[in-house]
Amino acid sequence: MIKIEEKLFQNRYRVDEGRPHIQIVNPTVCADDCKVQACTIVCPAACYTPTEAGGVVVNTDGCLECGTCRIICSEFHNVDWAYPRGGHGILFKFG
Amino acid sequence: MAEKFDAIVVGAGPAGNAAAYTLAKAGLNILQLERGETPGTKNVQGAILYADALERMIPDFRDDAPLERHIIEQRMWILDDRSFIGTNYRSDDFNSERPNRYTILRAPFDKWFSSKVKAVGGLVICETTVTELIKEGNKVIGVRTDRLGDDIYADVVILADGVNSLLATKSGFHKEIEAQNVALAVKEIHFMPQEVVESRFNIKGDEGVVIEIAGTVTHGMVGTAFLYTNKESITLGIGCMVSDFKNGNITPYAMLEELKAHPAIAPLLEGGEMKEYAAHLIPEGGYKAVPQLFGEGWMLVGDSAGLVNAVHREGSNLAMTSGRLAAETVITLKAAGLPCSAANLTRYKAAMDESFVMKDLRKYRELPGILHNNPHFFSVYPELLNRAAHTMLIVDGEDKHSKEKAIRKSFVQRRSLWGLMGDAYRMWRATR
Repeated sequence: MIKIEEKLFQNRYRVDEGRPHIQIVNPTVCADDCKVQACTIVCPAACYTPTEAGGVVVNTDGCLECGTCRIICSEFHNVDWAYPRGGHGILFKFG
Repeated sequence: MAEKFDAIVVGAGPAGNAAAYTLAKAGLNILQLERGETPGTKNVQGAILYADALERMIPDFRDDAPLERHIIEQRMWILDDRSFIGTNYRSDDFNSERPNRYTILRAPFDKWFSSKVKAVGGLVICETTVTELIKEGNKVIGVRTDRLGDDIYADVVILADGVNSLLATKSGFHKEIEAQNVALAVKEIHFMPQEVVESRFNIKGDEGVVIEIAGTVTHGMVGTAFLYTNKESITLGIGCMVSDFKNGNITPYAMLEELKAHPAIAPLLEGGEMKEYAAHLIPEGGYKAVPQLFGEGWMLVGDSAGLVNAVHREGSNLAMTSGRLAAETVITLKAAGLPCSAANLTRYKAAMDESFVMKDLRKYRELPGILHNNPHFFSVYPELLNRAAHTMLIVDGEDKHSKEKAIRKSFVQRRSLWGLMGDAYRMWRATR
């Protein structure tokens, strides 16, 4: 298996501690209504992890700010997505 | 800082920098806001720079822009799991005084472009996210940010905030982008000594090679991959439509790993050191997905407006051209003492329609829909083509006539005669 952490480790971030720029609006929707939980597959930084209880948790520390999770959650609109505060988040060295 | 500017540009990518540069150079009082630490730190592209769009604004850009290599060879590879069939076009004519295409790294390039904006008098403020457009009725009159205390006003706001234009969707300028109109691409950059890059690709000096790739590596999803040579690094990436990812069960990074492990790719990367992993959305909905480009006091440019020619892998040149045309519209209106009303900003749309930007998008307007409904272009044909080449090249005592017959049969079996004819017709119609 590919360790996504090893890829993200190469990147430069300035994490906005305690202020995640992405949040799941209603966690019970992920657990009870969403069958596919596509965010857990498609997020290129693996920010979304399925929980044992059948839900999904998000950790934005490695987020690449692509926006895919927001667009793929078109059925439930359960991703509250904003840009990080100015200067925070991913800082691409090469882009 | 309740200041008022002639124009505010949101974002410092190719579209925003082109707009800001053109406006400032004409003497307008402009503010450009960028959320990155410096311009470029939030921006991701393959990346190929098409010189023409930039040259129209900065004719001597080659003197100091951070360019990697000028492209002298273009390869197109159709992969199956173990092989590829492809075409090359390489020409010494590309070694001209003013090459047409370069590989670039966006972080240093955007920083350079932004330095040009500042040099002609543009005010650029970084580390500032625009959170809201200020409206008076339906007219945009300024912006609110997460950092600068007061509201900032302007006669016009140019949105160059990229594919995730939250400002445009929040303000109701267009709907949220749909999954079938956008591709997710992931990429890595691998560093190695300059001599290694040059010997692996048979190039010297600043010459470069790009490889555009399609085939089974996208697992039947609509998508493509690429490999570009930089001065002392190689960039490679792969992207597929987000709607296809939704229905598949492979992660984008697993797909990237498969691409890297392909027997045709792995030797090109050997010994390299991976130094960055990036992901980005590419608006590929084409002509039919382009939203309204302007309104009362606002304009959309670049990726915010979905201006990407997916067939030809062009985007940054469409972005720069739209930024320049938006700026020129504002300059003309200012000179005539006219307001940036929707009625007057129709000139921007007219200029866009007259340019290659909308003409090219219009030419391929049917293609996104056709590819979406015919994913076998990305799975069945790559396999058939590679096997056909293999059959013809193996010398095993079987006569060539029988081999051709077997190849024809393999195509008809997989797609049927009508299927083949239909595919040919659909592709012809979509690209004529």
